[in-house]
Amino acid sequence: MLADRDRIFTNLYGLHSPGLKAAQMRGAWDGTKFLLEKGKDWIIDEMKKSGLRGRGGAGFPTGLKWSFMPKQSDGRPSYLVINGDESEPGTCKDREILRHDPHLLIEGAMIASFAMGAHAAYIYIRGEFIAEREALQRAVDEAYEARLIGKDNIHGYPFDFIVHHGAGAYICGEETALLESLEGKKGMPRLKPPFPANMGLYGCPTTVNNVESIAVAGTILRRGAAWFAGLGRPNNTGTKLFCVSGHVNTPCNVEEEMGLTFRELIDRHCGGIRGGWDNLLCVIPGGSSVPLVPAEQIIDANMDFDTLRNLKSGLGTAAVIVMDKSTDIVRAIARISYFYKHESCGQCTPCREGTGWMWRVLNRMAEGRAQKREIDMLLEVTTQVEGHTICALGDAAAWPVQGLIRHFRHEIEKRIDQYAANPHSEPVRNYGVAAE
Amino acid sequence: MTKIIVDGIEIDVPADYTLLQACEEAGAEIPRFCFHERLSIAGNCRMCLVEVKGGPKPVASCAWAVRDCRPGPNGEPPVISTKSPMVKKAREGVMEFLLINHPLDCPICDQGGECDLQDQAMAYGVDTSRFAENKRAVEDKYIGPLVKTQMNRCIQCTRCVRFTTEVAGVPDLGAIGRGEDMEITSYLENAMQSELQGNVIDLCPVGALTSKPFAFKARPWELSKTESVDVMDALGSAIRVDARGREVMRILPRINEAVNEEWISDKTRFVWDGLKTQRLDRPYVRVDGRLRPASWGEAFQAIAAKLKGADPKRIGFIAGDLASVEEMYALKLLASSLGVANIDGRQDGTKLHPKFGRASYLFNSTVLGIEEADAILLVGSDPRREAPVLNARIRKRWRMGPLPIGLVGEPVDLTYDVQALGAGAETLAGIADGSVAFAGVLKNAKKPLIIVGQGALTRPDGEAVLALAAKVAQAVGAVTPEWNGFSVLHTAAARVGALDLGLVPGEGGLDAASMAAPGGADVLFLLGADEIEVAPGAFVIYQGTHGDRGAHRADVILPGAAYTEKHGTYVNTEGRVQLGARASFPLGEAKEDWAILRALSDVLGHRLPFDSLQQLRAKLYADVPHMAQIDRIVPADPAAIAGLAAAGGAPDKAPFRRAVTDLYLTNPIARASAVMAECSALAQGGVAVAAE
Repeated sequence: MLADRDRIFTNLYGLHSPGLKAAQMRGAWDGTKFLLEKGKDWIIDEMKKSGLRGRGGAGFPTGLKWSFMPKQSDGRPSYLVINGDESEPGTCKDREILRHDPHLLIEGAMIASFAMGAHAAYIYIRGEFIAEREALQRAVDEAYEARLIGKDNIHGYPFDFIVHHGAGAYICGEETALLESLEGKKGMPRLKPPFPANMGLYGCPTTVNNVESIAVAGTILRRGAAWFAGLGRPNNTGTKLFCVSGHVNTPCNVEEEMGLTFRELIDRHCGGIRGGWDNLLCVIPGGSSVPLVPAEQIIDANMDFDTLRNLKSGLGTAAVIVMDKSTDIVRAIARISYFYKHESCGQCTPCREGTGWMWRVLNRMAEGRAQKREIDMLLEVTTQVEGHTICALGDAAAWPVQGLIRHFRHEIEKRIDQYAANPHSEPVRNYGVAAE
Repeated sequence: MTKIIVDGIEIDVPADYTLLQACEEAGAEIPRFCFHERLSIAGNCRMCLVEVKGGPKPVASCAWAVRDCRPGPNGEPPVISTKSPMVKKAREGVMEFLLINHPLDCPICDQGGECDLQDQAMAYGVDTSRFAENKRAVEDKYIGPLVKTQMNRCIQCTRCVRFTTEVAGVPDLGAIGRGEDMEITSYLENAMQSELQGNVIDLCPVGALTSKPFAFKARPWELSKTESVDVMDALGSAIRVDARGREVMRILPRINEAVNEEWISDKTRFVWDGLKTQRLDRPYVRVDGRLRPASWGEAFQAIAAKLKGADPKRIGFIAGDLASVEEMYALKLLASSLGVANIDGRQDGTKLHPKFGRASYLFNSTVLGIEEADAILLVGSDPRREAPVLNARIRKRWRMGPLPIGLVGEPVDLTYDVQALGAGAETLAGIADGSVAFAGVLKNAKKPLIIVGQGALTRPDGEAVLALAAKVAQAVGAVTPEWNGFSVLHTAAARVGALDLGLVPGEGGLDAASMAAPGGADVLFLLGADEIEVAPGAFVIYQGTHGDRGAHRADVILPGAAYTEKHGTYVNTEGRVQLGARASFPLGEAKEDWAILRALSDVLGHRLPFDSLQQLRAKLYADVPHMAQIDRIVPADPAAIAGLAAAGGAPDKAPFRRAVTDLYLTNPIARASAVMAECSALAQGGVAVAAE
């Protein structure tokens, strides 16, 4: 179990004040100037050594990402953009940071901006996060007031922090769609290349990082890369916020060491599975976009990027959705499929047309009103969407369906057999809309 | 140059090429829907996916540059495959997705036969559908009288949206909704405001946007296609006239990079219904105040009787806006054989005159040259109404980089930012002497462009204004050995041809306005001249195509051929000589115009020296050699500008007025068109739109 002294988010549950004074007592803004004085290269190098992988889902090494930014400006300013559009179903870690530990984020943003030569950081906050936006704005105002940030601040590095509130669209969490939205355009992903590090916000070099990736930066640098790298497993270092929801006795957000097993995570923090370990059906380990993993594979698996990837799933945002045997798994995935159909931006063909198709077929399958050959057809449709789209939403829509067919084909077939034995003409229930 | 291997063929292409261009260079065909050479890259249809060796997934070739490809580990050139199983599967997948919600109503779709989706489904799709759900239904939108929508067929390629925002420069179209609910719409369903909107019909790769006037009229494969040039404005856009039998069914653009790229204005595209109404299909003679049908012989005799005793000083000839060079040449020969000096090809009263030299009335910078200009001054010109496609070229240049544009004259709504400098000649004089700040902008520009419109020239002091504009061009250095930025924008297709031929009053001759004025000419011959009011008293012979203003005033009507019904030469505003071709035959007893003049000359006893169009052209080419330089511009001597500038004169203070107030009703064909009438009413705000 992660020792309390190794926790980064010491106010995760909001037991203390999120205000500046309290945050400083917990260690935020401690020696920031000293860190900045060590120089850009030291910061980036230290981040690389810490092995921090991006906390937004893809797990790209953060230090490496920072190093892609131009060392010398060609006249254009650089920007840091923080992705606070936390919309992945099951995920609620950034929300807690914004509410309770905003100063860690602001400090991290300052350090990251310094490392990348950016004098301004934008944070794009999910439209539904109204209280969170207010909390962060309060913290930003405090930081300006205390001259921790601003044009003329005690750290001697001009830095502005701008809070931008989205309007509530999942796709705006995709980094280039986020930039489009931030620029005031329709939130539709851009074609890559060029990548944001080359042409990002307003055509200038930009790095887009997740809230958690930025918020941990200050503590990592203060305590040293070696400390962070010493936690977790090789290539999957450090601590991570896990958001456990679903059929556990006490769902929670918890900061834990990367690579602990699923069993440890649930037993220690969540009071075990509802109805005991035998009642576990499957788990979506990284937010709704990753394929589910059945009980027997996940129970003793390490919760980290590489292990879960080898299980053909992913750590994603570490939003662990636990489902026990009372779950109608086909309906559950059909509902997820509806979500992706609803959130597809409509820009490119495979996702626009494919998400609706997948949802409709799954919706019928949830009632058994389908043919068995359609299961393979559905699987093929998912592969026609996956990898053919502009952004990763197409993949995100395809993976849950692939996971379902990979592990629960028998369940779909059973449904179909049941319906075939007792066909009726009542209309298909529209799970997606009904659930809203 | 970068080496790249496409399907095993190694080619050398510039690094900024896209993979799509590189593949085409290597001879590989890449299907596409959203990509269009003249629009920004959207990359959204995903049809152009190709495999880049080493990459985990296919890439959109329209958006991926050659320089974005990584070379192999030992520096081998990147390897692209357009035929691999991965690519085949990707194309089939995308095609299936495009078709699942497409209505497949090809039998009743006007796009059938020229549909990208149809063609590419045949080439790259699979033969059956696996989609068992209900198809999406999308409500059709009203977007104006020209473009018909069938939104079920839309594949959301957004070409139309990109065209209207980028080329046409109006925010008329956009996409609303997300995911499969995304719809293309004009938001409040009001009519599009662009005068180039018809081009979205050509751009639409499916049958979602089709031509409303052409709806259900014909199938593309039953039409005979004739390549010709447009006469609706002075730009001379390249067009293709599609006819079935004797009927012109539609007009489409052809590609001519130097003139219209591949756009045409709505007037050019939709004027064809005007070719079918109000036509003069037989000669008429006015008897007892009423026009009565007559035979050709009777009409000619009536003319001969009037001309026989008439004093040549009291006879006049005026050529109209749509006349081809051939008939104007025949008219000139006829006039001179009758000893008549009263001849004019400038019915709008413009003061342009060949005596100043050819450079004084041409768009010297050329249309292509607009793209090189780095500052523009518009003098009494409204390019959006006078030549919409040329306006799009200015906008293209404006979008390419900073381009200061100043306007002297009536404020007009153009599709780019314009600095209003002043109303008339005083401001122009200020630019010439440097007292207006914009003069500095022009002076600092490497290639300043001065566009002089007819609004500044069709006034009594037009000659002085023209001289002043030439002075400005001289003063700001717009005329150099490499660059001639003094450019006159004409409004009529016939005008430059008429000036090249010298259709201006001879020694002691009267100009058009004087001929038409009371006491001007006793006998007036109007060759398709409808934009001039002839005072009562004169005996008017009208040769033309439509029962328009000229025909109403006429005492004898000779039915001629419209521009789609004759072979003719037209010289556009740049001085580019272009050939129009006959797509169908003149109506009824109407004849080609040069032949009418030749026949009339015989009756008058002054037989013109040619019996065929070939003979006429041979003589024309001998007299005016540059008319033989088809599709080319013979550059005019820029020294004329200096001479013009020296001419001087005192322009008055009246502000410049627009030459074209109603884009859609500028000539007899357009005035006969019901479609143009509707467009005009919409443009004038006369029709309530949906949202009101």
